[in-house]
Amino acid sequence: MRFIKKHGVNIGIIVAFSLFAGYSVYTDYLPGLEILKGNFRTFITELISMLPLMFILIGLFDVWLPKEKVQKHIGAGSGIKGSLLVALLAFMQAGPLYAAFPVAYTLWKKGCSRFNIFIYLGAFSTLKIPMLMFEIGFLGVKFSLLRIVLTMPAVIAIAFIMDRYYAKKSFEIKSLQ
Amino acid sequence: MKLLLIITGACLILSFIGDRRKTALGLKKGAMMFLKILPTILTVIIVVSILLYLVPEQKIAGWFGEESGFDGYMAAALVGSISLIQGFIAFPMAGVLVQSGVSYPVIAIFITTLLMVGIMTMPVEARYFGWRMALIRNSLAFVFALVVGVFMGFLWNLF
Repeated sequence: MRFIKKHGVNIGIIVAFSLFAGYSVYTDYLPGLEILKGNFRTFITELISMLPLMFILIGLFDVWLPKEKVQKHIGAGSGIKGSLLVALLAFMQAGPLYAAFPVAYTLWKKGCSRFNIFIYLGAFSTLKIPMLMFEIGFLGVKFSLLRIVLTMPAVIAIAFIMDRYYAKKSFEIKSLQ
Repeated sequence: MKLLLIITGACLILSFIGDRRKTALGLKKGAMMFLKILPTILTVIIVVSILLYLVPEQKIAGWFGEESGFDGYMAAALVGSISLIQGFIAFPMAGVLVQSGVSYPVIAIFITTLLMVGIMTMPVEARYFGWRMALIRNSLAFVFALVVGVFMGFLWNLF
């Protein structure tokens, strides 16, 4: 029931398109047939063959490397080791950037340095291991590697600039409660 | 595709040898995530298929292709900054766009801004870090996303 509520619009579009597809095939409606036989068929075969494999990998990754394990090791971590741990934690998480903010708050309360908070936010928005399969699958290894290699220095640069900016100002993360 | 099949197969076998119960749990988790995202992905495919039928490929390639230059980069950066699309949908969509003639540097800018810049979520960010930090972080991320795209443009044809 919750599933139907959440996907109401999507299901409406899928049903409408199915009816349109059926109508097009039945009456030989040309634009409809072109959509079905052209783009739609290419995309759907690609997705249906690749998605299940990707989600098998994501599921396995989730049970073998739970992020709680890494989170436990991040306390007052500072310096390079702290940065690496914080980045590793960020890489293991999924979700949109605003999901990183509450975690950043927790890290801050645990004594994570300001620079590492910025590294965490940057790393979170660069690379997510569960998503990497997706990126490589749809855009290729060359694209993924180049993008990641180019974004890493950007993340470090942004963290550096922001840390410098806050050197003489007060920096605080608030919780939403 | 073949590579993905081999990797998945190898991981599955290793995981199964390692721990049967964990493997079953992982498969269940994966299947649940797949079912949750499937309606959204199907909708995106339908909408994109229709849009690509209505807008000729030459036009898309003109706007966002190799020849689009800085305008294409800027447009991609703006769209990526404003959109709220999850990766599970953004990457398949980007794959489709590449097939329709959008250049890889433009895709890199779109993906990077999508991941790093969140104009719509800035009020949330500001509540945690304050407006000043939210504005600075998002502006820096926007500029660096363009830089990543420009470098991608230089490097893409070298390799």
